[in-house]
Amino acid sequence: MAKVIEVKNISKLYALGVVQFNTLRDSLLERWRLWRGERKSPLERSLSSNTFWALKDVSFSVERGEIVGLIGKNAAGKSTLLRILSHITKPTEGRAILRGRVGSLLEIGTGFHPELTGRENIYLNGAIFGMRKSEVKRKLDEIVAFAEIEAFLDTPVKRYSSGMYVRLAFAVAAHLEAEILLVDEVLAVGDISFQRKCLGKMGDVVKEGRTILLVSHQMAAVENLCSRALLLEKGRLTLEGSTEEVIKQYLKGNGRLSEKFFKGEAQGHVQIKMTLLSEDGHPVDTVRCGEDVTFVVEIHTEIPLQKAGLGIGISDMWGQRIATFHTHYQCDSKWEIQEKAIFKVTWPENFLCPGPYLITASVFEGEVAISYWPNAATLNIAPSDYFKTGKLPNPSHQGYVLVKGKWEVRDL
Amino acid sequence: MVKRDVRSETIIDERRTWFFLDGKSLLGYRDLLFLMVRREWVAKYKQTLLGPFWFLLQPLLLTSVFSLVFGKIIRVPTQGIPMLSFYLCGLLPWAFFSQCLNSISNCLVDQAPLFAKVYFPRLIIPLSLVLSHLMTFLIQVIFFLGVSFSFSPRFLMLPFCVLHTALLGSGVGLLFSAMTAKYRDLKFLLGFLTQVWMYGTPIVYPLTLVPEKWRWISEINPLTAVIEEYRHFYFGTPFVIHPQMMALSILFTLFVFLTGLLMFNRVQETFVDFV
Repeated sequence: MAKVIEVKNISKLYALGVVQFNTLRDSLLERWRLWRGERKSPLERSLSSNTFWALKDVSFSVERGEIVGLIGKNAAGKSTLLRILSHITKPTEGRAILRGRVGSLLEIGTGFHPELTGRENIYLNGAIFGMRKSEVKRKLDEIVAFAEIEAFLDTPVKRYSSGMYVRLAFAVAAHLEAEILLVDEVLAVGDISFQRKCLGKMGDVVKEGRTILLVSHQMAAVENLCSRALLLEKGRLTLEGSTEEVIKQYLKGNGRLSEKFFKGEAQGHVQIKMTLLSEDGHPVDTVRCGEDVTFVVEIHTEIPLQKAGLGIGISDMWGQRIATFHTHYQCDSKWEIQEKAIFKVTWPENFLCPGPYLITASVFEGEVAISYWPNAATLNIAPSDYFKTGKLPNPSHQGYVLVKGKWEVRDL
Repeated sequence: MVKRDVRSETIIDERRTWFFLDGKSLLGYRDLLFLMVRREWVAKYKQTLLGPFWFLLQPLLLTSVFSLVFGKIIRVPTQGIPMLSFYLCGLLPWAFFSQCLNSISNCLVDQAPLFAKVYFPRLIIPLSLVLSHLMTFLIQVIFFLGVSFSFSPRFLMLPFCVLHTALLGSGVGLLFSAMTAKYRDLKFLLGFLTQVWMYGTPIVYPLTLVPEKWRWISEINPLTAVIEEYRHFYFGTPFVIHPQMMALSILFTLFVFLTGLLMFNRVQETFVDFV
């Protein structure tokens, strides 16, 4: 496979003392001192001590059709890297080669003019991203439909609600015909149903054989979309590998999950295997709303557990927890496990809205979680006639859960 | 369908450039240029009652004020030219020049949020500004010509005059934009400079009013030649300015424009790091 992004030893130096350099007087004074032979002025000294490497010796490559996650804490250099790759600023050292048209979504809605109508802004924004007018014209209907703003196409965008604004902005950007997309944390826009749509769109983009470099703090999104991930720490590329491995490392370093939390797993004590069963007992990954679903978790442990417990979480694709099944809260007992045990919990008549969900699992010893799997399984909920009205529930109107209501309507 | 153009390879490295003008990529973004010009235009007069009529009304109002103050009260001679035409002829090119100068000199700083988020050839912005001011100017010129003059072969000089104005205005503008990106001080200086420049140029008075002994000072100002060109082109008044000074102005204009272009080109590559 062809390498579409090749980054070789890229470094970027920033001067923190830049504020002092912002007036002409300082700069002239500097020149004057240098000219008079004063070798190092106080300003220069402060400048040299106030520089830092936002990126240092970063090298990696991405192949065609790959979607690679770029993760790291704030100020780790993720955005700087994307800025360099999208040609906005120059590296201090090193070089990068990008093969194909590059589209960067560093922020959506840049270049929108409030006085112009939706239609005019689509053309303008498309052009800013480097699209030709004919290209935008061809995609106009698709963009408008994606943004769900048909009725407001010829209204100035200053009258748009903020939701409409971001939807339109994302829609234009998402329809960019670039072979390489650099995406910086822009997926998290709009309401939940729109976010799901964005995720879907990203998946489509990759299916078309295009390449994405994605920066996100939403681990669930990275985990779902990316096949590979890069970890940046203080400007250095510290880990490159499978998404799961990199995320684990990142979460550890980030202190979000303590060492203790991972102790069990780190020593290889506990392994799990999760299966989902349908009403008739077959292993499945999709059930329809309203049907029973059973979670079966097989636990292997090398060291006997005295007071074992299990938590199973249901999260949306962004990692947002919706519900939890937990032995600690739902049944009183704590179990002794010598080597192997099977936990089984059935959710009778699930009431999740149609869509994809992540299933997480954690094994407890007493009240301490000894291991955690952020993506133990995926559960797809298919639509069904849940309300017995002949109408299928629609995820973009109904949130996460389906609730039955007793209606009473009186004519007054 | 995605066009798999493997030939479009981008190489990013640390080298900074002085003389590299990417004409090919500018051409690829020509749609953006037109849309930017349109944006400037449409946005300016949206939600106004008179809309594009302001293009004509604004200079008329300004000219009336100058005619009143300089013509009626101070009684500045106008070389026998009708007062309103005389002031219009000086003020219209001045407005074109100063708008180019001012908007371009602020363009890097003004558009910094956009530049920090997406790449396109930065030169599109100053280019779109010049074009949109140019359109305004041409509409004004053609309208006022149509109203007040009959055709004369001198009018063939118009493109030359316009080019001279545009290059000088945008050249100085580009220089300032490159410098203000780093040193904000110049922004304050510029406002003052424009004021002085206007009264230092024979715009609201004829060059003949300047005593012959001191005329060279006025003539060394490159804008004087520009205004003289317009006077000649409108009214057929003979050139008061020395031909050498005229040539000097043209050379200076070319020099400033090229320097401005190079400076702008160099600064735009990294300026997002220090705005």
